[in-house]
Amino acid sequence: MTAHTQTMAGVAVRPQAGTLTGTVPKMDARGVKVYYGAKQALKGIDLEIPERQVTALIGPSGCGKSTFLRCLNRMNDTIDIARIEGLITLDGQDIYDREIDPVQLRARVGMVFQKPNPFPKSIYDNISYGPRIHGLASRREEMDEIVTKSLQRAGLWNEVKDRLKEPGTGLSGGQQQRLCIARAIAVSPEVILMDEPCSALDPIATAHIEELIDELRENYTIVIVTHNMQQAARVSQRTAFFHLGEMVEVGDTEEIFTTPRDERTQGYITGRYG
Amino acid sequence: MTDIISTPRAAPYQSDDFAARLRKRYAAERRFKLYGIAAIGIALSMLAVLLASIVSQGYTAFAQHDLALEIYFDPAEIDPQGTRDEATLSGANYALIARQSLQAIFPEVESRTDRRRLNAIVSNGAGFELRQMVMDNPGLIGTRQTVRLPLASDYDQLLKGNIDRDVPEANRKVNDQQIQWIDKLVSTGNIVNGWNWRLFMNGDSRDPELAGLKAGIVGSLLTLAVTLGLAIPIGISAAVYLEEFAPKNKLTDLIEVNINNLAAVPSIVFGLLGLAVFLNAFNMPRSAPVVGGIVLALMTLPTIIIASRAALKAVPPSIREAALGVGASPLQVVTHHVLPLAMPGIMTGIIIGMAHALGETAPLLMIGMIAFIVDTPSGFGDAATVLPVQIFMWADSPERGFVERTSAAIMVLLAFLIAMNAIAVVLRKRFERRW
Repeated sequence: MTAHTQTMAGVAVRPQAGTLTGTVPKMDARGVKVYYGAKQALKGIDLEIPERQVTALIGPSGCGKSTFLRCLNRMNDTIDIARIEGLITLDGQDIYDREIDPVQLRARVGMVFQKPNPFPKSIYDNISYGPRIHGLASRREEMDEIVTKSLQRAGLWNEVKDRLKEPGTGLSGGQQQRLCIARAIAVSPEVILMDEPCSALDPIATAHIEELIDELRENYTIVIVTHNMQQAARVSQRTAFFHLGEMVEVGDTEEIFTTPRDERTQGYITGRYG
Repeated sequence: MTDIISTPRAAPYQSDDFAARLRKRYAAERRFKLYGIAAIGIALSMLAVLLASIVSQGYTAFAQHDLALEIYFDPAEIDPQGTRDEATLSGANYALIARQSLQAIFPEVESRTDRRRLNAIVSNGAGFELRQMVMDNPGLIGTRQTVRLPLASDYDQLLKGNIDRDVPEANRKVNDQQIQWIDKLVSTGNIVNGWNWRLFMNGDSRDPELAGLKAGIVGSLLTLAVTLGLAIPIGISAAVYLEEFAPKNKLTDLIEVNINNLAAVPSIVFGLLGLAVFLNAFNMPRSAPVVGGIVLALMTLPTIIIASRAALKAVPPSIREAALGVGASPLQVVTHHVLPLAMPGIMTGIIIGMAHALGETAPLLMIGMIAFIVDTPSGFGDAATVLPVQIFMWADSPERGFVERTSAAIMVLLAFLIAMNAIAVVLRKRFERRW
């Protein structure tokens, strides 16, 4: 059980697939195509996601950012008509391999959604649900520790420590989203996918979450979809620009925002369309 | 053309035309509101009329007049040998004892015809009740006790004012002399009015004053237990599978259409199915709550499945995604999150289904639950009847006493339905989660 607590701490036991700077990508997508029925949503995406960095996916609505994000933890499996081609690896292992269990994969690749979606249960139960179903804590104290640490890491602890028994749905929007982030990190994932996590929040709550993302980068690999160009520039190290189901350009965030190579990228980040 | 749209103009909104249109819109709104109020008013008054007619006819059945007679448990009559042998005790002529004590009050009645008329005042059940008392407590033999015995239904109805004394004697069930006797018995305190426990403690009877609902109530409870036990697990499982796991293809579409159709199938068809399959093919017992329960479960399944699916569909997908996102398996998503959230809706479906089953008559007629049941069923395989069928049978009987009891039985059935709904509301409140 101590192994799990170490996993909680994040750094110690995680398998290393490369150097901290991410020369070997944590996740790697090769030629990913997604079809919803007859409609093709992604037209062959190649993207490397470096470890312990924030990768931002930007692009106009309907360009396939969220679709791509949901491929990374096989959330698209739940959509009957979705069909996926290509290769996506996590630590070099094909996540669409028959051997890979999607349930286990989603424990390793957590997700935070656009709209805060806490369970209609207490704050404590919201956090402890994941660890409980994965058997990460065998005793009450261990679970308490996981809950405490997750909330601390999500920057929510001071606000909720006296009311852990109250329903998570009673928190404000920004607090709910941080609760969802705490819930995601409670199962100690290696990668966290965030699908426009701030689109339903006010600027102050957004600033909170952005700070949090910056801190989480130390321990987690983060992929964030955002419509907010400034946000991408602020929180990410790498940025990928999607357009009409294709990935137009990817590079270091600074580069993308200062010297984009493609004129579509330039047009989008300068606000000419999108 | 363009400047018509683009330039702001105040004029059209201040014209008389516009004011007239506005008035019309408000008038339409008021009319619509009135239609709604009228509709509710009509529905409520119908309900009020229905309830008033049932209650006004039936409330008197909850009280009943009894004869309070001083009975001498004559050893010479009951147990001449003094053996206290059960067969002897049960074989004695208790009806005679009851009659004798009534005749003791009217020594002047001597002719055979008059005596027979006098004896008619005592119910046929008086002898049975005396026998039961002696069988339960043989120590009564040789003692004198004041005992409350059932009054024949016609005289009870006379005292309740349901038989009109002004009707000519020839058209009246009770003759003038009998009215005099009854009036005398009332004045001497030999007739008392009280709570009608026989309505709840007896089974069915040919005599209205003895007929009770116990067999029907117990039969209904047994039948409903079987229905609940089958319909809830099968219904919820089917709904969960169809809604959460089943692939969406032609086959599941066909199943869905058929479930919706089944909900509209007349209930008597389910009765015919029960007759053909359970009784004829499987040789299950006739008139038994187990068969009735299975048939009613089949009948309520579509209701429960449809309501449960609607409730499951109403659970926001974000909750499913949240649970999947932390690595819950599809089954865990359903059992930990979706089902608890859908529970209030599912329970509404179950209660509607159960209320439907509790009030159902037609399919049960087909499988023989219309039997004349005096004894309370003691198990799922015993011959039984249910409340609505009991009502149906009583409604068929011409005696004035049964008219009153039919209404009373309807009130008891309604009370059960209201109680069930109340439980449902309480349970729903408890299961409901605030969002």
